[in-house]
Amino acid sequence: MITAPPPEKTTPNYLNHQHGLKSWLLTGDHKRIGILYLISVTMFFALGGLFAALIRLELTTPAGDLLESNQYNKVFTMHGVLMVFFFLIPSIPATLGNFLIPMMIGAKDLAFPKINLLSWYIYVLGGIFTLYVLLTGGIDTGWTFYTPFSTSYSNGYVIAAGLGIFINGFSSILTGLNFIVTIHRMRAPGLTWFRLPLFVWAHYATAAIMILGTPVVAVTLFLVVLERGFHIGFFDPAYGGDPVLFQHLFWFYSHPAVYIMVLPSMGVVSEVISTFSSKKPFGYTFIAFSSVAIAVFGFLVWGHHLFVAGQSIYAGLVFSVLSYIVAIPSAVKVFNWAATMYKGQVRLETPMLYSLGFIGLFTIGGLTGLFLASFGMNVHLTDTYFVVAHFHYTMVGGALLGYLSGIHFWWPKIFGRMYSQVWSKVSAALVFVGFNLTFFPQFLLGYMGMPRRYHVYPPEFQVFNVLSSAGASVLALGLLLPAIYLTWSLKYGEVASANPWGATGLEWQTSSPPIAENFEVTPVVTTEAYDYSTQQEVVHVG
Amino acid sequence: MSDHNEQHHIVPVPVYIAVFLTLIAMTWVTAWVSTVDLGHLNIFVALSIAIFKASIVILFFMHVKYGTRLTKMIVLAGIYWLILLLFIVMADLWTRTWMGVPGR
Amino acid sequence: MASQIVQHEHSSTLKHHFASDAQQLDAATIGMWLFLVTEIMFFGGLFLAYFAYRQAYPAAFASASNKTNLWLGAANTTVLICSSLTMALAVHAASLGKRTLLVLFLILTLLLGGAFLGVKAYEYHDKWVHHEIPGAHFECEGCEDAGHAPLFFSLYFGMTGLHATHMLVGFVLLVIIIVQAARGKFTAKWYTPVEMFGLYWHFVDIVWIFLFPLLYLIDRSHTGLK
Repeated sequence: MITAPPPEKTTPNYLNHQHGLKSWLLTGDHKRIGILYLISVTMFFALGGLFAALIRLELTTPAGDLLESNQYNKVFTMHGVLMVFFFLIPSIPATLGNFLIPMMIGAKDLAFPKINLLSWYIYVLGGIFTLYVLLTGGIDTGWTFYTPFSTSYSNGYVIAAGLGIFINGFSSILTGLNFIVTIHRMRAPGLTWFRLPLFVWAHYATAAIMILGTPVVAVTLFLVVLERGFHIGFFDPAYGGDPVLFQHLFWFYSHPAVYIMVLPSMGVVSEVISTFSSKKPFGYTFIAFSSVAIAVFGFLVWGHHLFVAGQSIYAGLVFSVLSYIVAIPSAVKVFNWAATMYKGQVRLETPMLYSLGFIGLFTIGGLTGLFLASFGMNVHLTDTYFVVAHFHYTMVGGALLGYLSGIHFWWPKIFGRMYSQVWSKVSAALVFVGFNLTFFPQFLLGYMGMPRRYHVYPPEFQVFNVLSSAGASVLALGLLLPAIYLTWSLKYGEVASANPWGATGLEWQTSSPPIAENFEVTPVVTTEAYDYSTQQEVVHVG
Repeated sequence: MSDHNEQHHIVPVPVYIAVFLTLIAMTWVTAWVSTVDLGHLNIFVALSIAIFKASIVILFFMHVKYGTRLTKMIVLAGIYWLILLLFIVMADLWTRTWMGVPGR
Repeated sequence: MASQIVQHEHSSTLKHHFASDAQQLDAATIGMWLFLVTEIMFFGGLFLAYFAYRQAYPAAFASASNKTNLWLGAANTTVLICSSLTMALAVHAASLGKRTLLVLFLILTLLLGGAFLGVKAYEYHDKWVHHEIPGAHFECEGCEDAGHAPLFFSLYFGMTGLHATHMLVGFVLLVIIIVQAARGKFTAKWYTPVEMFGLYWHFVDIVWIFLFPLLYLIDRSHTGLK
């Protein structure tokens, strides 16, 4: 046991480099900005989670006894808005992406540090608008803002909410812009594209989606705000407008948005599976290109949200086929991850547990997506709990688990501390069990016909709803524990070495936590990626 | 790394003037053509002229012709995604009436 | 390139995380173009709404479009193209280190941009006077399918309004750049803000190059060059 003062208090690193609130709020350091984001996204996640708790509490009984229908509409809307726009979209890119990308490519910072900081302030501003909406009564339109309800009939604060999300979109755009320029132009000498970590490839694809898609939802919400303010008639049939046009514009972004949410998680999984198998990723090139393919094809499938909306049948058929095709690159990743583990030295540390959970749960989520992509099945399943279960399997079982995997994997690097292995593994188990208990019954409910966004339901659906709510409490506990043991580790955790997991990658070759400039000397890369041959025997932590 | 000259390729003034005069001329052409009834071709001609004008602004005024390959790719990607958005949604609108609904 | 702390003459304009001026300029250019791509997609949504509704209500759009003043539109287009020329010449002057010429061309750009906005303001006022602003008092005199004419005018105001907002933002930035240029901030070696602003200004011009035919020139065969 070390008796001297913890090294990270005495050796210079980015945390003790400068002190005081101003040095954090006016920082240009991508690592500090990553932490600013970490704090804010966690707060929004907690808030969105509270709304989820309210939903599950209400749905424990068939009658609407906790919330009235109007209140329930507001609760699920806020849950969706907070989780999608203020947690999932920025989660990995703005926290881990910001922190790690410059380090992974051997750079001192992102291309535009001031724009990076600006993106955080914009995020906070968008968040303030949304909190204002929340405190003044909320909105009841669903996070999807379908017209003409949102433009003409809703009684909530649609304009403020629309503006909040509009503003938040710019945070996303600026992050993506920074990533693309950085990855193209600031790689260390010798770091060719095919020596890049797969985490970087994933974020490159994500950044492209952010740039190409976000402006469309921005202009769409802008039009909703205009229509609601001035009764213009873009989307209102009473004036000759077309509500389906809104849906096209909305989903043109919002479908690729789900790939913004999941691609970074896939990047994390690639890193974690490789590290904890001590083996380079099988089919590196396939995994790299599959990220790009998901980004590109992800823009071609949005009509599968409009199958029953009045879209033309022919368009529906084309979107259906394309939606099947978009599943292929994801499947390619799953096969490659499995092949990576085969004959590897698999270690079941916490990050690995979360990544393994990702593979299983995302596969289920993805396969159920194919049920929905089938035009015929969609008519039966749309707007039921089947859809709710599908997207929670991909977003929670997928994206969130990837996020947790990444946080647990890079925590020692970011803060120089290890967390309790016992508690982290217990939490991972609780999350996995709680998650499945919450959402698997919802597939059955949906198939049996329970509609989504209803606060009352026929009594025959109660058993599965009770199971789901019970699962939610287990899940909540599993998600609460990391907040405790991770925070505890900041002060009392064992001091971490530069590379406690025996991982490859430039970020592990600098100190934990890193110095402010990341590297004493700009590294020169001479080996291929994921070269485990030079690893010493892994120091098992715990 | 590319050298100073390549980064700051200086376009000769006569090129700018030529582009400028072309833009002015095409503006008046497009105004005049709109007064001729070409039926469905009108919008096609108007957009073609506009696309041509935009192209010479991008290539010469915005220096993309002398820029890096990456710049060109970014410009093309932007244009391509715009076309995707417009074309696919319009395809829905155009094909709405193709298949009748039983009973209607 | 050997592994070493990169030795370069630290020009005051080179930020510490870049290895060279060329890399920094390249990064700025790509960054600006990525931003312009987001602008393409942003305006794209409005263009989509335009095409969707023009296709649905061709008669309404044609007669509503004829209410715009073709001459003012064409003149304004010419003014904006001139401002693009002066902007390009400003960047050219900057690249040669000619400070006075740079400031002159920037000011000309500002004046031409101002003229454009002035004409637009006049047009908006004219629409107001003729009750062509969608709302309770809307009238489209002599318009075919007048019930759907407000959609055209909503798009007219939405698209030109968004365009004008971009021009106003450009105005503010241009004033800042003129002041900086007058104070000698830019040299032949470094004039990146001028170049980047030029890209933005040309982009705003390109948007108008599309707005002019789409809003002003729908089926003028009945009215001629009036």
